Amino acid sequence: MLVDSNLNIILVNSNLGLWQKAVNISHDNVVVTNIFSCHVFFCSRQDLASISALDNNPLRAQIINAFFDKRNLRQNEAGTVQVIGFEEFLMVMSHFRPAAMHITEEEREKLRREKLRFVFNMHDTDSDGTITLEEYRRAVEELLSKAGTIGQETAKAIADAAMLEVASTTRGKMEPDEFYEGITFENFLQILKTFDIETRMHIRFLNMDTATMRCGK
Amino acid sequence: MSVRVALHSPTGSRSFLERGLLLLVMLIFLEGTVLTLGAASSPDISAQDNTGGGHDRRDDHRGIAGSHEHTNYTYTKKAFPVLSLDYHHIQVPFEISLWVLLASLMKLGFHLIPRLSSIVPESCLLIVVGLLVGGLIKLAGEEVPPVLDSNLFFLCLLPPIILDAGYFLPIRPFMENIGTILMFAVVGTLWNAFFVGGLLYAVCQIEGTYLSQVELLPCLLFGSIISAVDPVAVLAVFEEIHINELLHILVFGESLLNDAVTVVLYHLFEEYSGAGEVTPMDVVLGVICFLIVSLGGIAVGAIYGILAAFTSRFTSHTRVIEPLFVFVYSYMAYLSAEMFHLSGIMALIACGAVMRPYVEANISHKSHTTVKYFLKMWSSVSETLIFIFLGVATVAGPHAWNWTFVSVTVILCLVSRVIGVVGLTFIINKFRIVKLTTKDQFIVAYGGLRGAIAFSLGYLLDKDLFPMRTMFLTAIITEIFFTVFVQGMTIKPLVDLLAVKKKQEAKRSINEEIHTQFLDHLLTGIEDICGHYGHHHWKDKLNRFNKKYIKKCLIAGERYKEPQLIAFYHKMEFKQAIELVESGGGVKLPSAMPSQVSMQNIQPKKLPPAVAERALPQFTKGREEEIRKILRSNLQKTRQRLRSYNRHTLVADPFEDGWNDFLLKKQRMIELEKKMTEMSNYLTVPAAPPDSPTMCRARLASDPNAFYNIKASSEGVPTIQVDLASPQSPDSVNMLNEFSKRGATDQGLGQREGATRDEDQGLMMKPSSAGKVEKGEEDGGNKNPGLMRCLSDPGPSNEDEEDEPFLP
Repeated sequence: MLVDSNLNIILVNSNLGLWQKAVNISHDNVVVTNIFSCHVFFCSRQDLASISALDNNPLRAQIINAFFDKRNLRQNEAGTVQVIGFEEFLMVMSHFRPAAMHITEEEREKLRREKLRFVFNMHDTDSDGTITLEEYRRAVEELLSKAGTIGQETAKAIADAAMLEVASTTRGKMEPDEFYEGITFENFLQILKTFDIETRMHIRFLNMDTATMRCGK
Repeated sequence: MSVRVALHSPTGSRSFLERGLLLLVMLIFLEGTVLTLGAASSPDISAQDNTGGGHDRRDDHRGIAGSHEHTNYTYTKKAFPVLSLDYHHIQVPFEISLWVLLASLMKLGFHLIPRLSSIVPESCLLIVVGLLVGGLIKLAGEEVPPVLDSNLFFLCLLPPIILDAGYFLPIRPFMENIGTILMFAVVGTLWNAFFVGGLLYAVCQIEGTYLSQVELLPCLLFGSIISAVDPVAVLAVFEEIHINELLHILVFGESLLNDAVTVVLYHLFEEYSGAGEVTPMDVVLGVICFLIVSLGGIAVGAIYGILAAFTSRFTSHTRVIEPLFVFVYSYMAYLSAEMFHLSGIMALIACGAVMRPYVEANISHKSHTTVKYFLKMWSSVSETLIFIFLGVATVAGPHAWNWTFVSVTVILCLVSRVIGVVGLTFIINKFRIVKLTTKDQFIVAYGGLRGAIAFSLGYLLDKDLFPMRTMFLTAIITEIFFTVFVQGMTIKPLVDLLAVKKKQEAKRSINEEIHTQFLDHLLTGIEDICGHYGHHHWKDKLNRFNKKYIKKCLIAGERYKEPQLIAFYHKMEFKQAIELVESGGGVKLPSAMPSQVSMQNIQPKKLPPAVAERALPQFTKGREEEIRKILRSNLQKTRQRLRSYNRHTLVADPFEDGWNDFLLKKQRMIELEKKMTEMSNYLTVPAAPPDSPTMCRARLASDPNAFYNIKASSEGVPTIQVDLASPQSPDSVNMLNEFSKRGATDQGLGQREGATRDEDQGLMMKPSSAGKVEKGEEDGGNKNPGLMRCLSDPGPSNEDEEDEPFLP
């Protein structure tokens, strides 16, 4: 996948086959500006699942789900789609674009929320706006799923501890009969306040190669 | 050994301070001698000799030597010398100790004076102390010892500081910024060296400076010495200003990695200064040499690091010497690298960074603490000594002050640093995600302090080859003083003034750790999906390789399987447990969390609605808390046991050795707690019945006879009827029994056992023994014996009884 300095995706050379497109990702929406040569592209879960490089990834299922999650496709509804086209694919990918060269504080905050929202959605499997203890436990279990039995035993404890931490930082002291339902997105922002996701969650597509672009024509 | 050799020359003449101390000690000893001798009433010459020596310390040694010979050859005539003095015998170690003592006391002193350390950096104060000590020695008419000898510096003082830096190098930020750091370290240092050297040569050629005899190559050599940022000075200053992690790692990383450049440039120019001509071939050789020096240094370090990790795999039975391996292997790495003129600093950094994750997994927690403390102690003493010696050396050295040369050096250093940083940042920012702002650039440029490495390198120069050596040394010292005093003292107010982001003191939370790991895997996955083999892909590959092969070889036992997140969690839990015990508590559940909120608050409510409706408080909240509290404190007590002392092992750390034990117990405790919560949900008996329903039911469940009897007279005892009607009661009873028995075994308390025994007796009581039961409890005297039996034991005071087992 090639991205030039204006964050235009120029070429996607994927494990899924060769797609060539020029797409301008502006800050809000994906606009297809120019198409060099476009293979008809539709991608289903099976296609993504067939990528062998993903086999060792503990988050495999969650990552694949993220591509088919309507919330990540900028449709303000919950649920999943069965097949995504190229634009949808790029929309998901656009969550991983690096911050632009000069960015105002406001834009940075927006970018931050957007990226955190993506992660939040990955945890919030039933799309009800909160990460419940169950969901968090499952997320940590997945994360440790390659660690064998030790992982599974500890995952629950870790998720519990993490949940306790969220509850105590966001709610302060709680009475024994109070009940913390789960992490809302605001809580999520609060606990990851010091976690500079806007600089961490990006993929460096720097191998800009205009020669390839011309070949694609 | 090297300490001895290195220190021998500087200690040829004793310092004033030592002499004073020595005199005092000697007088005390001699007084003792005279007294003893007087008591033995055998006046002899050697004692008088010694006393004479004491009065005139210049004759001291001769006197002692004389008495020695005397006793040796004619000892039949003389009494056995009860006390003799031989200072030479202990001179070297004694003087080393004195210096170290002086350094430590100074360090101690600065922190006792309030507010002083917040205004002036410690390094400045230490240099001043060095100047004073040097001045005193000079006043005493002695020759100032050449304390900052190059051998001493490079073989003894520098390694601890670098090892400390390398071992505790924050790998993640370092690797994330490695490009920028290398750029500053390699290109920046080269630029500085040539810019300063070249312009200095140009200035020297100007008429009227009387410096025309300075040639180009010595100028370049001088430039290469003066251009390197010094890790010792940087560490000393940056530690106090608490700058944010990014800037710290940039400046500090640069100071570490530029060593290779400095070493190569130094040797190149030194070589060519003798030869004269420089051909393009030499330049190529220089580049190759640079690669060999840096990569070779890293390779040597890595090899020793792996060896250390491998050795630490087998130390589980001799824990005491574990820390030693860390130090010895690192020192060997440094020496081996120096042997081939490779970059010793890079070797040490590589060694420390490579061995750390594996060694930490292998060695015990105590050994880890030891390593940490020793490294910190050595490095801070070394640092103190270096700065003091710098001051002493300033007083000692012959100086050739040349206004032009010195001022041009200082100005050029500043200018080249600023130009270099700004220029390089311009290039680097094109590739960086987090751009370096103007403020950042300013701090990076301003933080480029020079230090003792430059001085030692200058000191190493050959007098015959470089007639300007003295002038060079003076200029180097001035530059060091300028950077350390002016820049070092002003950088703190400037950081405050510019509002540069400071280091966040907050500890890392577990949520952040989870998301760090999460993000790593997520990004790797996305890269894999779009078929782009970027950073994350390779990092993941490396991690997997590390886990699969290297960790297996280098880490003993099962711990190599432990993923980072779990290790982090355990570490956190462990820390919390220690804090908990240190605070003398036992009140709070040692969970990994600040326990303002208990697990109860976030536990999903699993109760079926029917039960929840009926849920009546079995225990009041307060009592439940109380019980938990007691349970916990007792569980913790059991893990403190005594061990016998062994010379080769330290007294067992109850936290460490009992750690697994402790985890198990904690697990059990959590289970217990859960059970209790469940129980309070299940045990849904009308509130506060006059006698203990649970106990009654316990009896009922285990005594069919009683069951039968109750049935016969059910009308008279309404409470029991209710119990029977409840379908869950047998379940809950079993649970209670199990629970209380578990509690009993866990606690092993007298009362507890007593209570259980009582219970057992109650269960086994035969009808004939019912008469023994206290009368007070038999309020229903007309009841049949069976029912009496089952009510008798718990009695009306059952509530207390139920509590009792939990009381300590």
